[in-house]
Amino acid sequence: MIPAGFDYVVPTSVAETVRLLQEYGDEAKIIAGGHSLLPTMKLRLAAPGVLIDIGTIADLRGITVTDRISIGALTTHHMIATSEALHTACPILPECAAVIGDIQVRNRGTLGGSLAHADPAADWPPVMLVLDAQISLIGPNGTRTLNAEDFFVDLLMTALEPEEVLTCVDLPTLGAGEGAAYVKLRHPASRYAVVGVAAYVRFAGGKVTVARIGITGAGVKAERQPTAEALLVGSDGGAEAIAATAAQSGSTMEVLGDIHAGEEYRRALINVYTRRALVQAVARAGG
Amino acid sequence: MTKIAVTVNNRQYQDDVEPRTLLVNYLRDHLNLTGTHIGCDTSQCGACVVLFNGMSVKSCTILAGQANGADITTIEGLAQGGQLHPLQEGFWEQHGLQCGFCTPGMILSACNLLQQNPNPTDAEVRHGLEGNLCRCTGYENIVRAVQYAAAKLRGAEPEPVEPADV
Repeated sequence: MIPAGFDYVVPTSVAETVRLLQEYGDEAKIIAGGHSLLPTMKLRLAAPGVLIDIGTIADLRGITVTDRISIGALTTHHMIATSEALHTACPILPECAAVIGDIQVRNRGTLGGSLAHADPAADWPPVMLVLDAQISLIGPNGTRTLNAEDFFVDLLMTALEPEEVLTCVDLPTLGAGEGAAYVKLRHPASRYAVVGVAAYVRFAGGKVTVARIGITGAGVKAERQPTAEALLVGSDGGAEAIAATAAQSGSTMEVLGDIHAGEEYRRALINVYTRRALVQAVARAGG
Repeated sequence: MTKIAVTVNNRQYQDDVEPRTLLVNYLRDHLNLTGTHIGCDTSQCGACVVLFNGMSVKSCTILAGQANGADITTIEGLAQGGQLHPLQEGFWEQHGLQCGFCTPGMILSACNLLQQNPNPTDAEVRHGLEGNLCRCTGYENIVRAVQYAAAKLRGAEPEPVEPADV
């Protein structure tokens, strides 16, 4: 399979990328690792007239850990999966990266590319939601930063404007009393999540003070579960509280069925995987 | 057309390619390196795996233009001075193939695996090769072939060949 023809430009800076986006408008599409975009182009589901390859802009690649975490858009899943600094500062990030695709996909695929593509079964979006990630976009009017929750809009649709480029993701480091985990049922061939659940909890004085649950693979986009989360807050984070929370997970969400899993099965998976994610997150938080 | 300069198996090439040319088609059709195979063409089967700056990648999901400046190794570049690479020798000795279609990709993925983990367990070999599909062997002999090469690359004596129970 060969993509439809396109013009190919390789900017050397973010500023030049924005200029090219302004010049070519809707015709243009940014390519990073290409592991979401090229398959859709080969199937002719996408046929951009111009590809803007940002893959050589070194400023966009890398992981910085201080009191916060900054990950450049071009950082590959493999770099995140093998980052010692992230294993200490925020272990859910390498844990999620390590279960994306296979090693060849992780060697090429990028965090920014995955987020900008916003596949409904991608692994990163629920993790970004529960960590309350701040996503930076640069366009003709400068930089703006969005919460992950405001970034994902609909099926394959984000708040990214046509003349903007996603440049970096800012995340918290996890401290004492905090824990997070990501678990999924992976499709055996594509390795996308049939259902994936990310969970984050924070404890103070033996009680859960913050709980966040994010689900991928089940609806048109990754979604938080405020109704279920509220059940865990104020509890001791024990087995009973987790079971009650997991039972409500997905209840307010529109869940889709497809050839891999019907709606009823997906709802059952959401409950089971929410429980597993919460058990791990609570254990890591020392709860 | 896009100008690219790539190093493939230690030889330098400069070419003008149509922007939509995939790396696998560039290797096969422009350089006649047909050892890199096209299987599923959807980045799942691993028949097209090559080393890209030392890391295993699926060349059906990379544009030739993205390889500009890169150092590529294909199966044709592994044997040195007429001597098979230990992985090639392992696949030969341990019957790691039947039809052979997946073999180049298997070997290059295993190359990347052994660089990162020179002494893997069988489970780690299987996990490291999860991006490569074989429809003939049932993987048993592929794992033995990789362990043979791992031992040889570590300077240890490879396990003697034992016929599998039938």
